[in-house]
Amino acid sequence: MPAQFPWLTTLIVVPLVGAALVWALPGAARRHARPVAVAVALLELVLGAVAAFSFDTASAGTQQLTETHAWIPSLGVSYAVGVNGVGLTLVLLSVLLTPLVLIAAWREHPDVHEDGLQVIGGSRIRTYTALVLVLEAFMVAVFSARDVFFFYVLFEAMLVPVYFMIGSFGGLQRRYAAIKFLIFSLAGGLVMLAGVITLYLHGPQGPQGFLIDNLVGHLDMSVTTQRLVFLAFFLAFAIKAPMWPVHTWLPDTAEAAPVGTSVLLVGVLDKVGTFGMLTLCLPLFPEASRWAAPVIIVLAVISILYGALLAIGQENLLRLIAYTSVSHFGFIVLGIFAFTSVSVQGASLYMLNHGLSTGALFLVAGFLIARSGSAKISDHGGLQKVVPVLAGTFLVAGLSALSLPGLSTFVSEFLVLVGTFGANKAAAVVAAVGVILAALYVLLTYQRAFTGPGREELSSLPDLSARERWVVGPLIAAMLVLGFFPAPALNLVRDPASVTLEHVGVADVAPTLASPSDDGSNQ
Amino acid sequence: MSFNPPEVAWGAIAPVLVVLGAAVLGVLVEAFVPQKVRRWTQFGLTMAALAGAAVALAALWPDTAPSSGGGVVALGGSMVLDRPAVILQGALVMLGLLSVLVIADRTDAGQDAFAPAGAAVPGSDYERLATSRGLAQTEVYPLVLFALGGMMIFPATGDLLTLFVALEVLSLPLYLLTGLARRRRLLSQEASVKYFLLGAFASAVLLFGIALLYGYSGSVRLSEIATTVGGAAGVDPMLVAGLVMLMVGLLFKVGAVPFHSWTPDVYQGAPTPITGFMAACTKIAAFGALLRVVYVVAAPLQWDLMPLLWAVAAVTMVVGTVVALVQTDVKRLLAYSSIAHAGFVLVGVVALQQSGVSGVLFYLVAYGLATVGAFGIVTLVREVNEGPGGATVAEATALTQWTGLGRRHPLLAVTFTLFLLSFAGIPLTAGFIGKYAVFSAVVAGGQAWLAVLGVLASAAAVFFYVWIVVLMFFKDPEPGVAETTTVVRSEGLTAVAVGIAAVGTVALGVLPSWLLDLLGNAAVFVR
Repeated sequence: MPAQFPWLTTLIVVPLVGAALVWALPGAARRHARPVAVAVALLELVLGAVAAFSFDTASAGTQQLTETHAWIPSLGVSYAVGVNGVGLTLVLLSVLLTPLVLIAAWREHPDVHEDGLQVIGGSRIRTYTALVLVLEAFMVAVFSARDVFFFYVLFEAMLVPVYFMIGSFGGLQRRYAAIKFLIFSLAGGLVMLAGVITLYLHGPQGPQGFLIDNLVGHLDMSVTTQRLVFLAFFLAFAIKAPMWPVHTWLPDTAEAAPVGTSVLLVGVLDKVGTFGMLTLCLPLFPEASRWAAPVIIVLAVISILYGALLAIGQENLLRLIAYTSVSHFGFIVLGIFAFTSVSVQGASLYMLNHGLSTGALFLVAGFLIARSGSAKISDHGGLQKVVPVLAGTFLVAGLSALSLPGLSTFVSEFLVLVGTFGANKAAAVVAAVGVILAALYVLLTYQRAFTGPGREELSSLPDLSARERWVVGPLIAAMLVLGFFPAPALNLVRDPASVTLEHVGVADVAPTLASPSDDGSNQ
Repeated sequence: MSFNPPEVAWGAIAPVLVVLGAAVLGVLVEAFVPQKVRRWTQFGLTMAALAGAAVALAALWPDTAPSSGGGVVALGGSMVLDRPAVILQGALVMLGLLSVLVIADRTDAGQDAFAPAGAAVPGSDYERLATSRGLAQTEVYPLVLFALGGMMIFPATGDLLTLFVALEVLSLPLYLLTGLARRRRLLSQEASVKYFLLGAFASAVLLFGIALLYGYSGSVRLSEIATTVGGAAGVDPMLVAGLVMLMVGLLFKVGAVPFHSWTPDVYQGAPTPITGFMAACTKIAAFGALLRVVYVVAAPLQWDLMPLLWAVAAVTMVVGTVVALVQTDVKRLLAYSSIAHAGFVLVGVVALQQSGVSGVLFYLVAYGLATVGAFGIVTLVREVNEGPGGATVAEATALTQWTGLGRRHPLLAVTFTLFLLSFAGIPLTAGFIGKYAVFSAVVAGGQAWLAVLGVLASAAAVFFYVWIVVLMFFKDPEPGVAETTTVVRSEGLTAVAVGIAAVGTVALGVLPSWLLDLLGNAAVFVR
């Protein structure tokens, strides 16, 4: 086999080099930091697309674009990257959202001089863009890691740029939010470290002892040990995801973080939690996964309802979106632990679609807040007539959050519910209530912020600029395309789902309802 | 009657001889070299000695290969130069070199960190005179070399008397150096006295332990004690008491709970460059000696002695972490963090695994680099007298004074953050690999609960490391405080040391393989 071009390594290195470049720009060139960063991110997007073309969809269940090099042989650690269909969708999501976030932040984070003068495009935004690019490299790497240790290193190291993005560039509560975010994540991560150590010692060991392929099915541990290690991993992922009752950091973080950071954090980074459950917990600890599934399903259903109910009660737009995400992550976890191929496919697809829809919601909300200067929903009203395009994009993003048919999230949510219904009717029925609640929190919010009598002081707000339309446009386009024509994405997640379930060793339950036409052939 | 000259393996003891010889020479320099050039002479001599010791260690390295017996037993068994010993000596020389750079550095006003005349009463006319004449206590250099020489012998001792002598050789200069701070002299002298009294007490306990062990086995040689232990049935109270007292002496030096109470006061009072030197190098030397005692003598007794060490390790991690949470002074905070780190290293020691030894060695190097770097940075952050053109004075060690440092001195703050992240064990820094190595060793050794406890302590420890980052970067300085804290301009030696430590911390975090492989082959002690 001819040596393949190292696509994934390229995708990891390019943003890192870009970040270094942005950081190291000499004095006079510093004002070009933003264009340079956006150019790097767009280059990364193109590279990601090209890499996707060399991915063979027909065998999406196998790891492709793989590279394996010894890293720390004496600890059993390799630098091993590769993606299956699920990993690829998430890598693509990362490289798509990053340039949009950079463009959206174009006029944010000005340098504030001592005389109160604000300079847009100064050294603060330079630092911010460099951090975003570093984060992009980590995101691509973590979704393509095939080595548990490597995955862990990225899982933890990622926190550092996010921590600085929140703490240095966030809103009023940024210090509190940054610390809360870091402590929650690190506490989970360190518990996972204990699991990682135990995992290695019970595996085949040797210089490649941390490769997931070498560990799956070759773990020699007692049932109790397996369950404990599973819990160590699951706790870290549940905090990351975030699931009830360890979700409390997310609303605080989303409220205080810059909107672009929330897009990447909630849209992409938190997927590491569900991605980890799917690619590490299930294959490595099949027995423990089956053992814990009933409890996890209950927690997932609670997350769905709790997140949705609290979202309805939120007064702050950003907290609201955070709580809707808690609800959506509940769906993803539910789909994963329902153990049917349909539900797992749905969950995998949900990770992509949630990134698109929440990303769009956060971005539009950010545009709105930048105009009105307030994140409180009740400070707005009647904006439909003032800023029709902004209102329209918000509505579309919101409708995608409530899974309106025709938008991509509908497909994934439907698959999760149908798949779960086959395995666990009660859970599916209760979770379906979440769909109704979603309609409430989206439509009520829209009603309060955009309809009704207009406010005097908001009557002269400018509508979305061309730059902002270019940020939201691609996301809405992607949601529409994948809503009507989900086959490309479904093809990517179908095989991985069956491979995962084979590892878990659960007999697949076919859905008892008629499948929708757009995925009717996948059984 | 013919005279049989004793056989001396000069090559094996050359590294120590070079350092101690240079120390003696340094004393002569004090006596004969004019004051103007004394500082540079001493500095040059010290650096040359450390470089020479490094060369001698490199020359010794091939003799410690497993094919040539794993090491050299020198001076009739008083010193054992095996791989762990040589590696520890190498680490000591390297970190000693970085420390000397920090110690030698002077501010742009020409002031180093030490009292111009150590014997002067604080606040006296004589002291003011000495300051205005620009006197300098250049005895610091030979004192550091003596301490370093003792530290290098400490982990390489083959018998208990040499161990004791090495302990004293390393301790006495440190007591002196602790009392030599230029600023806050009373605090410094108080620290010195405390350190001396408690240290003398610990030495006495250690000596008593040695006496008991001699009474038990009839020898002070570690190898012979080990043979007696191995051949004996049952446990002799004298042996256990002797070993426990010996370990108490060593645990005092590493600052493990409940023998830690000197650490915060001494770390705070000592001149900061000395604190860095002491925190990094003493810990390495003492853990080296502890490793040797545990692995050579105490290993057969593990079920009698190990529970004690487990408890000490556990309590040390917890107490160090919890008390560090409430500190308001950066030096005290780092002192308590060093106590917590002593607990983490102990976890590797009690693993009784070969991977435990290499893990401990790696941890010590990682910790030492970050420690020298972090204290190096502390030396640079100073208070400024109020008013225009105010002179920089003492170090700004109160945490509140670090507020907003990241805005005004981003490079320094980022570097300090790097060391903090390494202390906290965040991946891609050396500290993470060290933590991973000791925790995985102790899990392999069957004491997973210690690893779990260690992991939880690490999680709690993150809070206070991160708190400093919050202060430096995320908190806007309150008006007034901003002008009173600055980064002092210096001759640049500290910057070099901090830079090397930072590069080392990242390099060992990203590419630790070479050192781990080196240490993996080095984990065998020769009796």
